[in-house]
Parts: sequence; C-alpha cells; structure tokens
Amino acid sequence: MELITAPLITVPLTIEQPKFKVMNGSHSLNPHIVVENLNIFIKGNHILKDINMTIPDKSITCIIGPSGCGKTTLLRSFNRLHDDNVDVKIKGKLFVDGEDIYTKDTEVTHIRKKMGLLAQRPCSLPMSIIDNVVYGPRLHGVRGRRKLYEIARHQLVAVGLWDEVKDRLKTPASTLSIGQQQRLCLARGLAVEPEIILGDEATSALDPISSKTIEELFVTIKDKYTVVLVTHTLRQAKRIADYVAFMYMGELVEFGTADQLFNHPKNQLTKEYISGGFS
Amino acid sequence: MNTKKLEEKIFKGLMIGSSLLIFGVLLYILYIIIKKGLPSLSWEMISQIPSGGFYLGKEGGILNAIMGSLYLIFFSVVISLLISVPVVMYLNFTLRKKSRFSAFARLTFDVLFGIPSIVYGAFGFTIMIFFGLQASLFGGIIAVSLLIIPVMIRSIDEVAILIPVELIEATKSLGATNYETIKVIVRQLLPGISTAVLLSVGRGIGDGATVLFTAGYTDSIPTSLTQPTATLPLAIFFQLSSPIEEVQNRAYSAALILTVIILMLSFSARYFSRRFSKNKI
Repeated sequence: MELITAPLITVPLTIEQPKFKVMNGSHSLNPHIVVENLNIFIKGNHILKDINMTIPDKSITCIIGPSGCGKTTLLRSFNRLHDDNVDVKIKGKLFVDGEDIYTKDTEVTHIRKKMGLLAQRPCSLPMSIIDNVVYGPRLHGVRGRRKLYEIARHQLVAVGLWDEVKDRLKTPASTLSIGQQQRLCLARGLAVEPEIILGDEATSALDPISSKTIEELFVTIKDKYTVVLVTHTLRQAKRIADYVAFMYMGELVEFGTADQLFNHPKNQLTKEYISGGFS
Repeated sequence: MNTKKLEEKIFKGLMIGSSLLIFGVLLYILYIIIKKGLPSLSWEMISQIPSGGFYLGKEGGILNAIMGSLYLIFFSVVISLLISVPVVMYLNFTLRKKSRFSAFARLTFDVLFGIPSIVYGAFGFTIMIFFGLQASLFGGIIAVSLLIIPVMIRSIDEVAILIPVELIEATKSLGATNYETIKVIVRQLLPGISTAVLLSVGRGIGDGATVLFTAGYTDSIPTSLTQPTATLPLAIFFQLSSPIEEVQNRAYSAALILTVIILMLSFSARYFSRRFSKNKI
C-alpha cells in the first residue's frame, strides 16, 4: 500500500460516533459542539428530527440543505435563541465544551457569550461604530476608555475594517455600507471573545466582493475559532468548508469532511443535492 | 386627451387642492389670532399675573395660565412616558407580536384614543371626589395624563412594531439580558418617542375640557400640587366669553401665546431629535 503524503483526513466524522476524535494529519481535532438526539418542534411541527452531530473545533463547518430543512433552526439552537419563542419545544441534548447548555441551571448569557452570531442581514446597533464593537465587552464589565478603544481597534483590524473607519469611529454605524456593517457585526461578535462563530447565511445579503471578504475572514479566523455556517450557496461551502453537514426535511442526512461529502457522497440524496438535482 | 391622462390630472388636482386647503386653513387661523391677538399682546401679558380688574380690561397678564399650562404638561408628559414606554415594550417585546392579548390591548388603546377629552375630565373629576381631592394641579395632571397616555402608546407603538427581530437577537447573542436589550431598543426608539412627546404635548396643552373640572382656575401661580391652577385654554375660554371687547382681544393674544409655545416646543423637539439621530442612529 502506498504512503499518503498529503495531509488527508482519513477517518471521517460520522453520525454514529458523535464523540469521535478526528485525526487531521498533524494534529487531532476535538469536538466542540456535540448534538445528541436533538428534536425541535415548532407549534407541534416536527422541525428537527433526531439530530446527532459533532462539530470539531478550530475549523469551518457548513450546514447545507434546501430551504426549510431546519438549518437555521439548528444553528439558532446552539446559542439558545429559541428561548424567547414559546412555540418552540426542544428535546435532546446539546453540549458545548462538554457542558449541557439546555439544563435549567445554565446561564443563557454565559452560553451566548461563547458564541458570536452573524445574521443574514447585518444589524448594527443604534450607536456609533466604536460603541457597536465594544457593546459586548461593556456588557461583560470591561471599563476604561483606553481599554475599550484598544479592543475596538484590535477587532476592527481583525475584520479589515480599521482603515476604512478609523477616522469616523464616532459616526453612527448605520452610515456604513451593508458589507462594512456585516464586518462590523463580525468585529462586534469577536469582541466578546467567543469560541464559536455562528453564521446564518451571513453573506447572502452582500455583494460578491463583500461576501468574498467575509469568506476570507472566516478562513483567517478558523485557527482560533470554531466557525459554523448555514449557507445556501454550495460553492461557498466548497470553497471554505472543512466539514459539511447536509440536511434534508429536518434530518441530518450526511456529515463528513468537505472532500468526502462533495467528492464521495454516500447518500443518494446528498449526491443529488450537490449535483444540483434539486434545490 | 385619453382617459388615463385625465384621471391622472384629476387626482393630481385633488391632491394639490386638499393640501392647499389645509395649508390655507392653518394660515387663516394664524392670521386671525395674530390680527386680533397681536395688538393686545404686551410684555405685561406674559410677565404678570392678573391684577384686580383684569377681567374688566384693566392691568395684569396671564402668566398664571402660562405657568399653569407648562407645569401641567411637563408633569403629565413625564408620568405618561413612565407608563407608556413600559407598556409598549411589553406589547412588542414580551408578548408575542401577534398574540390575542396584544391585539385586544391595541384595540383598547384605540378606543381610549378616541374618547373625548371632556369624558376624561369628568372621569378625573369622579376619581378626585372619590379621594376627596379638590380641583388642583395634581388633579389636572392626572386627567391630562389619562388623555395623552393613549396618544403616546399608539405613536410609540407604531415605531416599535418596525424594530427588526434581528436587533433583539443581535444584542442577545452578545450576551445581553432582557433589560440590557430593552435599553438598546429604547435607544432605537428615541426618534419615535420624541414624536410621541410632541403629539401629546400638542394635545395635552391645548385641551380645555380635561382641566375644566380637574385643575380649576385661579389668578395665582400654583406653588404646590394641591393648589388649583389656571391653564391657557381656559384663560382663552373665560376671556372670550366676556362682554368687554378688550378682554375678548386678550383671549386672542392668549391663543397666540399658546400657539407660539406649541410651535416652539415642536421645532425644538424636532431639532433635538434630528441632532440626536444624526449622532446616535
């Protein structure tokens, strides 16, 4: 048998082995988010059916699938955004860093602080650019103008927005273009020092150039963060994903490395979906 | 000419015509109160309280009514804001947007909005009797608050409905608690709130019927909440019903003062809300 020289992922993450460790050539990957038998009902409709999934840390996981398959519902359950909606019933377990986040004792702000959310349309807060970035740190008790300024600068540099806004940090965030606002939202999310970045079709409202910038940012930050993206664009998933989850009608059909899922899909549905058989 | 073009012309004419009509009426009102009120408007009118023979056309001014109206509206607006903002927050962000209760509550506010001010006056009066209060600044404040709370709730609600869910989720996903989220929402609502204040000041300060029984009328400026107070609408009303022409003309100058106060408040509120929204939103 020949020796494989390229850092190829040899053992796939499978649904049956939720806490499996993956060897990725040089270093091992740890599970960051573990979903166990997750079922979500909205107004009695069974939206997510028995989802089992392990999302490894420090990588980009894309959730793909046709509209209405439950991608967003799944993503939002990661930081308990369904909490305020009384129509939503959640059964099953969700572990972040090995900690069950759906217990009664879990402090929801603590969970959310671990995750930055990037929505489909950027939603800047009604305040200045700099206040937007430091809103999170301020909430969590960081004080002192110098310190906050440094945080803002650091995160704005990280998302490549610093040079564009450094002269107008005090102007309202709503004056930025939509692509800039999305990067601002990412900076705002990063400023709370999360471990996970959740993106809900984060680039779908943006022009190609802005969306490329955001994509590249995801790739840059994946060394430090676990990135989970819901995306409609297969090409985006192909470009940036390390792992891909394919969902259909509320079920997780297939989960695996990007290479495995795109090039050697096991399931017939996956095969059809990625070849554009249905949408 | 074809019918489409004719149709277009008719409707355009209708739009321009009705706008001009409304504008004309406004100008005519201003013309009347300026023409009749300006000659008897003097520094004395706005700097003095009525002296002995004021209602017979002698010296004095209506400072009592000016101050009374300002006190009344100031406290009423503060009280109404303290009640309306939480109500709107509850309707929009605690209840589900389309729950049956919120629909019912909105209907209730619409009904309250439509209740004539004299009814609020009478209602306030019964409450005062029940608590053994006499016509006073306090009574007036309560009645005027009752009058303007529905105005405020409805106009803040109009803007609150438009707040995107994403804003709430964005703040929450940064780890904000409900209270902290509401602070951000209020910030987003500020232009709406300032419009609401403006509308309610306009409605509250110019209303005579609510304060007729509840605030009473007096020639002095109230120094405590339990004293009765004069108000500009009633000053106009009492002077206009006088048979003496000089006193009647003073009613017009009181009307002019009232109009100027309202205009000043509107312009300054608009100016500040614009400045504020430029900086913050």
